[in-house]
Amino acid sequence: MAVEGLIDTVLLAAAGAFVLFAIVLVYRIVAGPTMQDRVIAVNGIGTNAVVVLALLAAALDQPGFLDVALVYGLLNFLMSIAISKFTVERGGVI
Amino acid sequence: MTPVELLAILLVAAGTFFAFVAVVGIVRLPDLYTRAHATSKSDTLGIILTLGGVALVLGADVSVAKTALLGVFLFVTNPTAAHAITRAAHDQGIEPWTNGDETTVAEDSAQPTEAEE
Repeated sequence: MAVEGLIDTVLLAAAGAFVLFAIVLVYRIVAGPTMQDRVIAVNGIGTNAVVVLALLAAALDQPGFLDVALVYGLLNFLMSIAISKFTVERGGVI
Repeated sequence: MTPVELLAILLVAAGTFFAFVAVVGIVRLPDLYTRAHATSKSDTLGIILTLGGVALVLGADVSVAKTALLGVFLFVTNPTAAHAITRAAHDQGIEPWTNGDETTVAEDSAQPTEAEE
């Protein structure tokens, strides 16, 4: 769990940068204008979260975070597909 | 610092740069379709580079296999999700963004048909 050496500091800095990018992407969710713009931004935030989890797994020496990242990536993809299908065939989800 | 660590730092830095490019594209570009292009290409490249750096840091372990699996999975699903969202938008009838140059090109291509008439 301990942060030691330059490499872990670099990984944590990259994770912080990815979190900052995700916060910037919230602007696109708020501004829109269409619903698909918001879905694209939420998808980008989800992929950023997956990368942050992988970086934290390496920096904090917690291999269990990689499993969380895998499941989060799967659910993120499913969310995008489900919403895009729902917007075309109203109610005919999946 | 070993050469492997240096390579990992370079990969993570390059991945962070491309993720930054993708975020700038999503915030600044004028249209849903151009924004989807930014997130599907630039963001995917940034993810692959960053996960490559993470795999180098983790060393030989089962964690490297999980990171590689994560990279392959995101490499397939991220453009697919952007494509599905963009196709849903196209089916809904959302028009692509055009600027002034597009109209002049359309007029040029329309002139031969006027000559035929």
